[in-house]
Amino acid sequence: MGDVSVVDVAGRITLGEGSSALRDALRDLVSKGQNKILLNLGEVSYIDSSGIGELVSGFTSVTNSGGTLKLLNLTKRVQDLLQITKLYTVFDVHDNEAHAVASFK
Amino acid sequence: MGDNTRHASETVERFLDSTLESVDRAEELAVGAAERAGFDDDDLMKIGMAVRESMVNAVVHGNRYNESKKVRLSVTRNSSRFTVRIADEGEGFDFDRLPDPLASENLMRTSGRGIFLIRSFMDEFRVRRLDPGGTEVTLVKYMVSK
Repeated sequence: MGDVSVVDVAGRITLGEGSSALRDALRDLVSKGQNKILLNLGEVSYIDSSGIGELVSGFTSVTNSGGTLKLLNLTKRVQDLLQITKLYTVFDVHDNEAHAVASFK
Repeated sequence: MGDNTRHASETVERFLDSTLESVDRAEELAVGAAERAGFDDDDLMKIGMAVRESMVNAVVHGNRYNESKKVRLSVTRNSSRFTVRIADEGEGFDFDRLPDPLASENLMRTSGRGIFLIRSFMDEFRVRRLDPGGTEVTLVKYMVSK
């Protein structure tokens, strides 16, 4: 896997525990200098505007630390949400883990 | 007879505490009523999320988690409309002055998408100030005859 951290996220990313768990996981990685992060959202059943905000916040903080955050395995629901909020083109989105990992420089 | 049953009207009303648990409860109640009304999975998701975002606004921004303030949820349906009303006891804010979350300068903001998602997911969205205080939002999804 090299120096890419793959984070598997499951369940609901909503205001409260879901979004704060994601925030904590990303902060933890960045604080350890692990800033090539692939967020696997394949098991995410639901995400609200707060969860979308956490993805944006994570993307910005990883980028500001000199790293890269990419997304893997979006469900149709999450993909639709990122599209209507015009965020789909902001994130580098993959559907194959090996290819996604290889895409980090 | 079957038609009458399918289109039967229904009203659910609850006064909920200003907590995040109430957000989940309201979503469950609204989605349950929408299921009984015959909406498909895609519409159930949209209704659920619109209710969730509205409840978060009421609990977090309206009532500010104040234990002495309640959120009134009502869900009604008739043969043509599925209507959800959510009212808080907060000070209210100007919905018309919200920044456009799709504008390039706002795209990377970490908040401010809730109302946009509600408008995207429902057929009608209205806001009215309550006297003496509070805000009521009305969300409507049109019933589709099967």
